[in-house]
Amino acid sequence: MTAWTADRPIVKCTDVRKSYGPFEVLKGISFSVRKGEVVCIIGPSGSGKSTLIRCINALVPITSGTIHVEGIDVGDPKLDKLALRRKVGMVFQQYNLFPHKTALQNVMMAPIHVLRQEKKAVEERSRALLAKVRLAGKEDSYPGELSGGQQQRVAIARSLAMRPDVMLFDEVTAALDPETVKEVLVTIRELAEEGMTCILVTHEMGFAREVADHIYFTDHGVIVEHGPPATFFTEARDERTQRFLSQVL
Amino acid sequence: MTRPLDSGDRLPVLLPLRLHGSERHHRLGAGSGVLLCVGLVLLVSIASAQAGRVTPSVLQVIAKWAPLLLTGFAFNILISALAMLLGTILGLGLGLGLLSDWPPVRQVSWALTQIFRNAPWLVLLFFVMFLVPFQITMFGLRIPFPDWIKATVGFALPVMANVAEVVRGAVRSLPSTQWEAAEALAFTRRQTMWRIILPQCVKRMLPPWMNIYSLVTMSTVLASIVGVSEMLTLTAQVHAAEGGRPELFAPLYGFALLCFFLYCYPINLWTTHLERRFQTG
Amino acid sequence: MQAIPDWFQRLYESTGLNFTVFYDSYDWNRYVDGLKMTLILSVTTILISLVIGAAGALIQSGPSKHLRGLVNGFVVIFRNTPPLVQLFFFYFGLGTMLPATETASGMREPLLNNVEWAIISLSLFAAAFNVEIFRSGIEAVPRTTIEAAEALGYTRFKAYCHIVLPLAIRVCLPALNNNLVNLLKTTTLAYAIAVPETLYALKQIWSESQNVMEMMLLLLATYGILVGVLVWLMHRWERAMHIPGYHR
Repeated sequence: MTAWTADRPIVKCTDVRKSYGPFEVLKGISFSVRKGEVVCIIGPSGSGKSTLIRCINALVPITSGTIHVEGIDVGDPKLDKLALRRKVGMVFQQYNLFPHKTALQNVMMAPIHVLRQEKKAVEERSRALLAKVRLAGKEDSYPGELSGGQQQRVAIARSLAMRPDVMLFDEVTAALDPETVKEVLVTIRELAEEGMTCILVTHEMGFAREVADHIYFTDHGVIVEHGPPATFFTEARDERTQRFLSQVL
Repeated sequence: MTRPLDSGDRLPVLLPLRLHGSERHHRLGAGSGVLLCVGLVLLVSIASAQAGRVTPSVLQVIAKWAPLLLTGFAFNILISALAMLLGTILGLGLGLGLLSDWPPVRQVSWALTQIFRNAPWLVLLFFVMFLVPFQITMFGLRIPFPDWIKATVGFALPVMANVAEVVRGAVRSLPSTQWEAAEALAFTRRQTMWRIILPQCVKRMLPPWMNIYSLVTMSTVLASIVGVSEMLTLTAQVHAAEGGRPELFAPLYGFALLCFFLYCYPINLWTTHLERRFQTG
Repeated sequence: MQAIPDWFQRLYESTGLNFTVFYDSYDWNRYVDGLKMTLILSVTTILISLVIGAAGALIQSGPSKHLRGLVNGFVVIFRNTPPLVQLFFFYFGLGTMLPATETASGMREPLLNNVEWAIISLSLFAAAFNVEIFRSGIEAVPRTTIEAAEALGYTRFKAYCHIVLPLAIRVCLPALNNNLVNLLKTTTLAYAIAVPETLYALKQIWSESQNVMEMMLLLLATYGILVGVLVWLMHRWERAMHIPGYHR
């Protein structure tokens, strides 16, 4: 893993466009993320935020433009998807834990099946990860027996098991009870403080204000405005941004 | 794509099971149609190749005997319709027995349903064929039971058990609020059943009932094993009449397959269509 | 143990209820051989139809349109035609078209005997239903679960084996079990091509000994027990596969 220095962006999107048939969802998105940065993408529903995140992870192919993740060209038809997914971890809104496996097995599965790592070493690391997200003692519980917040934290641990350099979060707290939202946000904040590069699509403005290094506002497939939280929330210039902020804050 | 959900929503782990889901999968698309035609052409040509030039071609043989075979097929359909009629009436009664308030009635109904559902259809057919006499004398009248009537009864038995299950399932699938509302309006149990519950159930029962009909139609060929002269028996006789040539087996049985397919496939398509229409209910 | 045959002998002598199977060793052996054949047919057809069903369902959710059409055609044809006619078509129709060898005495010996054809025909018949059942199970796995697997680096095939198929089976298990129980009952069709299974054996016995009713009762009881055992096994399987915390 080459050291990615502060001047080279670890994720770089250049004029990314995505169309579903005649309907253009992303209309030319360009931004870059440096290593260790925490970036929040906010915006109204349908603005293309989730599509953008999925494009970064090659879950959705882009129509035009380029996305580079640690030097890998995501749009390359001969892309080694496994190499990409070792660098990029993703946590979804609908936890997507595998319901027929325990929490520990969920975390262990990918390194064993996909990376073919040795079982004992993986198990130790997985237990440590579950302890890190504060779920020690729940290793043998099935997802159906865990609360939403607990499931989401297992999902985070599961992505971390692949040792990614970048973590993508797609509205991970949107489906949770308010009480459990906090525990997930605390986990993400700890990750960010340890230096993980994070790209979050979120509605949690308070969280964005506290943790993010940079905030991007998207609407109808374009980045309307962006800036560090200190200035973004108070000095938003564009009318659309102001309207959105007045609705959610 | 992602919408802000109610925080009270607990997302289901898995989507509900839809056993007869996409119509797409049930349609005979271009690919399968091509497969069918290719298969038929291959079959006929192999058979013709084996038959040689001197003897009449396979297609001529089939064309010659098709009218006879089709009358046999019509007989199969007659048997299936009668069995379905008898089985449905009996099954309705048995189903009501399954739902009865009196434990003895319920238990006897349950036992009967289990017996006739767990026994293979062929075994039940043998049962009726061998144990019901070929004629009975009642009140000085001799009532003959020709083979095909016995076979029809033999088919009606499993139909009865399956219809009973369908009735029970349909009634139980109605929300209990229906029963509560009827009770609050002082309907008796019998009135509730006949005026409120069963009419609503008819829609739900239709797709599985049609499915049973499709099963019965395809089972009528079993009657050939016990000596009833229906389409499959006739096919064997036709084969013998044409000299018993081995290469005629495939085309003749292929013809039988085709007839049943052309009859049952539209029924199943319609069943799927009805199921999807009633799914919201 | 000798008490049982004696009891049945006395039963015959006193009431005329003739259960020859239980006191005549030759009949007993025929009955047991028939049972063995039924079990062989059932177990092999169940296993083979499960494999074909899983493979067919995998193809049906795959990218190739032609393969999908092929599997679709297979399913449609085998589900809408009588299994007995399918059996005859395979055994008589295809069986006579395939090359044959000759035994030492010059008799024509087909490549596949009747038991093997029965297994092939019944497996394909059941597999057509299994493909539909597995497909509905697969469709019950949400798209987002597959996305999560993809995001973790699973290839489509690996995700199918480790995640989609295990989940799909658990969801469609009741429907699958129903189909497998029906398969057990459908093995009686092999009687029509002289496969010596239970029905065939008992019919031979009652043709000789003229005890139709007794043998018929035994036949019903036998299948009642076989089906009961299979249903019990399926319930055990369902319970073992139950996803904890998942309420349907």
